[in-house]
Amino acid sequence: MKIIEFIKDLNWSARIGLIIILFFAFCAAFAPWVAPYGESQIVGDVWEPIGGEFLFGTDLIGRDMLSRLIFGARNTIVLALITTACSFSLGALMGFLAATMGGWVDQLLSRIVDIIISVPTLIAALIVVSAVGTSFFVLAAVIGIIYAMPVYRIARAVAMDVEVMDYVEAARLRGEGLWWIMKREILPNAMTPLAAEFGLRFCFVFLLISGLSFLGLGLQPPLADWGAMVRSNSEGIAWGFMHPLIPASCIALLTIGINLLVDSLVHKASGLRDDH
Amino acid sequence: MTESLLEIKDILIEADIEGEWKPIVNSLSMTLKRGEVIGLIGESGAGKSTFGLCALGYTKPGCRIVSGSIKLDGQELVGQPEAELRNIRGNKVAYVAQSAAASFNPAHTLLDQFSEAPIQHGKMVASEASVRGREIFAQLDLPEPDTIGERYPHQVSGGQLQRAMTAMALGSNPDIIIFDEPTTALDVTTQIEVLSAIKEAVKSRNVAAIYITHDLAVVAQMADRIMVLRYGDLVEEGDAREMLANPKQEYTQKLLAVRSLRDNKIIDDAQNTILEIHDVTARYPGTNIDVLSNISIKLEKGKTVAVVGESGSGKSTLARVITGLLPPSKGTVSFRGEVLPASLKEKSRDNLRSIQMIYQMADVAMNPRQRIREIIGRPVEFYLGKTGAENEARVLELMKQIEIPENFIDRFPGQLSGGEKQRICIARALAAEPELIICDEVTSALDQLVAEGILDLLQNLQNELNVSYLFITHDLATVKAIADEIVVMYQGKIVEQGPKAQILEPPYEDYTELLLSSVPEMDPDWLDDLVERRKRGEAPTSETLGQR
Amino acid sequence: MILKRVGLGLFTLLAISLLITVGVEMLSGDVCTAILGQMASEETVAACHKKLDLDRPMFVRYVEWLFNFLQGDMGNSLANERTVLELISARIGNTLYLAALSSLVAIPLGISLGVVAALYRNTGFDRGISVTTLSTISVPDFFVAYILMALFAVKFQIFPAISNVSSGMGFWERFYVSGLPVLTLTLISIAHMMRMTRASIVNLLASPYIEMAKLKGIKPGRIIVKHALPNAWAPIIQVVILNIAFMVVGVVIIEVVFVYPGLGALMVDSVQLRNMPVVQATAMIFAAAYVLLNLLADVLSIIANPRLRHRR
Repeated sequence: MKIIEFIKDLNWSARIGLIIILFFAFCAAFAPWVAPYGESQIVGDVWEPIGGEFLFGTDLIGRDMLSRLIFGARNTIVLALITTACSFSLGALMGFLAATMGGWVDQLLSRIVDIIISVPTLIAALIVVSAVGTSFFVLAAVIGIIYAMPVYRIARAVAMDVEVMDYVEAARLRGEGLWWIMKREILPNAMTPLAAEFGLRFCFVFLLISGLSFLGLGLQPPLADWGAMVRSNSEGIAWGFMHPLIPASCIALLTIGINLLVDSLVHKASGLRDDH
Repeated sequence: MTESLLEIKDILIEADIEGEWKPIVNSLSMTLKRGEVIGLIGESGAGKSTFGLCALGYTKPGCRIVSGSIKLDGQELVGQPEAELRNIRGNKVAYVAQSAAASFNPAHTLLDQFSEAPIQHGKMVASEASVRGREIFAQLDLPEPDTIGERYPHQVSGGQLQRAMTAMALGSNPDIIIFDEPTTALDVTTQIEVLSAIKEAVKSRNVAAIYITHDLAVVAQMADRIMVLRYGDLVEEGDAREMLANPKQEYTQKLLAVRSLRDNKIIDDAQNTILEIHDVTARYPGTNIDVLSNISIKLEKGKTVAVVGESGSGKSTLARVITGLLPPSKGTVSFRGEVLPASLKEKSRDNLRSIQMIYQMADVAMNPRQRIREIIGRPVEFYLGKTGAENEARVLELMKQIEIPENFIDRFPGQLSGGEKQRICIARALAAEPELIICDEVTSALDQLVAEGILDLLQNLQNELNVSYLFITHDLATVKAIADEIVVMYQGKIVEQGPKAQILEPPYEDYTELLLSSVPEMDPDWLDDLVERRKRGEAPTSETLGQR
Repeated sequence: MILKRVGLGLFTLLAISLLITVGVEMLSGDVCTAILGQMASEETVAACHKKLDLDRPMFVRYVEWLFNFLQGDMGNSLANERTVLELISARIGNTLYLAALSSLVAIPLGISLGVVAALYRNTGFDRGISVTTLSTISVPDFFVAYILMALFAVKFQIFPAISNVSSGMGFWERFYVSGLPVLTLTLISIAHMMRMTRASIVNLLASPYIEMAKLKGIKPGRIIVKHALPNAWAPIIQVVILNIAFMVVGVVIIEVVFVYPGLGALMVDSVQLRNMPVVQATAMIFAAAYVLLNLLADVLSIIANPRLRHRR
């Protein structure tokens, strides 16, 4: 019944966000059953109109847009999720280590991160992709590492805030080991800010992957992917076909949904009221 | 001069507590005459600040005035538009905040901030304001009054800043000044300088004032009349001298009660030294200033040594050296006759177990995400290897010792009051079955009555368990209440040490005397007498000490 | 303090250049094996190494590359016979033009909107603008670009859909042709700046010295100008410069959408063709711009901090 209470506590914008997220998650999870046609099945003429026989029309070679959107949801969301999870595990572990161990470990990790982070993310992704090419795992690993850097900074900052607390000192004085301190003292107190951050980072990762796909450097055809769908149908715009706007709207809708939810969670967690 | 300047009637103020409006000031009334000083006294949550601030027609964000009336010189403030209230604030009624460091704008000089209110309210032009600023700075005993105004807030000391803020309040010749705990954040010796400067300034100008504080002895020096508040209600109101001499309500009597002194224990000749600090010098890594120099202290089993000093005396650093958080650069710490390893990492589990620590802020000394069961149970498991039912039985036993109900076992720290939290911290220390407990300012974050309860508990536990305490504090009242021996520290050095009777009775060492004489007493004439004596050179001041 | 920050910035630049060149080389694997196949004999591979100048140690080649780069010699493009310098210099002006024009509009507008939203916080105006900007920053850049294109190029036909600027164009023609990319970039960065400005001012208004100013009876306008603003300079400078940095890098996708001949489009094309000398050079330029702008932001906010300006 905790879930119902959780939903009751949310304001209207957060509920809208939650509905959007659940909707896309459902599509992604049950893509083969939900989609009317196959992922790369050619079902009609080129660029059939939106709202006709096919709900969202067909794309530049006559595949059903709706079906490709649903499969695209699966590919893009799963990739983004795995990537974000990678960046969080790596970043949080490094950040906690730096905060609890301090000294040269902290110095070294922080300097490395400073350097990697000062290359803009898209540029860094472009460099690596140009050198190694694109595949599902390369993308997940590369973007995961790039985004572990900002996660490191946040995790370190959060852990530092916890680390200066007397209860951590008390645990040290008791003789507790490093692992116990990280797991039992720091992690539970860093969970809330990190969870909110996860939502935001997922958005960034998702946007970066979409951006790369849009540039033709993400998942390769015939895999459906929202960013690539925008790109491949973009010529249509000049002819008055609004087809590329549909996958673009999906990307926009999902990120807005996550932002709405996270925004209200962060607000609640920090107890912020800016009515001074 | 008996007309009433400010009349507050039945004022009801509510605060937004987690989305619900709850009253925090319950229909309080007050009449303030010209030139009169009213002291508002109460523990935290008494609503004294909120009540005081409403004299400016102001409430903190998240609070609102529901009903009642505030009349200043016949003019109603409740329901006035902001523009009208602005004419009063900083003009007829001025405010002095607790934290001067945060309340001065870091981007402007002291004189600019002093001049702002008089100029903005159209009382003076800039040149007049700066002349007046220098006068008032001089009157408040600020050093170099002609040039100190050109400094920025972060360039002067805390005590000076607090006086500069009082000067700022006096700037536009207000009828009333509201002092909101102006000396709470200061050391005792600094507090006295600020107090006497404030008193002098207020009396000589015949300004009315509302003085908010939690410290009865302070308010005794400042106020003509006292209002005692609790949970937003009035407990007692009356003439200051009369109330101090003859309190009517039980709550006021408790606040006034002088703490019972501990009997001087007979120090047995059979030396049973448990802790010996020998010639310790320490500095923080990367600095070249010794925060501790040549410290030697001995502590007997079952006894209490109080280390007393002001901020910067190095007393908390001493605790860090003993626990091993800061290895000393010279000297040793021995426990039960054996020299302890200097750093935390090299200490054996038994070393760690036998010296426990209790912190000042119980709030942050316990992990908010752990239940009481785990907080107390972890050391039981960690040091003594007890798990499961055995562990729980021990936790419950400890909870009984600290007088906390058994059903609290599954609560989180956030669900406890300040005093209860500190009790849990004591239980956590006891759980390790230590021989020495370091108490670092354990009562200074607590309200007076709660603090006394904690000291009582510690005393009883010592009698029962024969554990030794190293008590670190800045509060001489605590020292008097609990110590067997006293160590007085100043700027990293031991000024004096010895049995309580020897330290606290004449002849005094100079710094000890300064400290002792600076602790406010309930006697309303105490401050004036002290200032007189200091002027005649009969009592030491910080200046005479500085010249040594 | 400033010197230390500048030194750190320069060190970062050096480290990045090393990361880019060495990293790219390690990740790409041996070019010669790739060209000649696994079966190639050792001699042919060695000859290939010699030809491509790969036989000397990596570090020596890096130092040489760095010196050449600093002198403007960035090597030759693999796709055609032109030098990288030539390719880049033809495009860099276009990208700077885009960023400069957008900054000119976005900075004053973004900051003033942020201040206004902070002043009227929690009113309808503030909420409306918050939701709008949150949406703008949380959608992909190309989405904003295509919406604008669909609106202004297809529906109303005010601006051309494709921004094919060339060097012979006059000022107004150039302005007209690059209308849509400028508009897109401006919109996105206004949203960023407005939110950050609002946040930093609201944050500041919670300080005790602002409450003190209120209790001194100071007027709200004066509180903002005299008490909040002098302390807000540092965060506002940060906001502005971070956004310029964002623009310089954010142009990549927008240039591709509008087929605008800038540095970003060049980089994307080169990545697709795996034209490594061009990728390295453009990446280095983007990274350098980003690092230097961040450095500038930090130095300026150190200078703007009253506590650091007036030492004890």
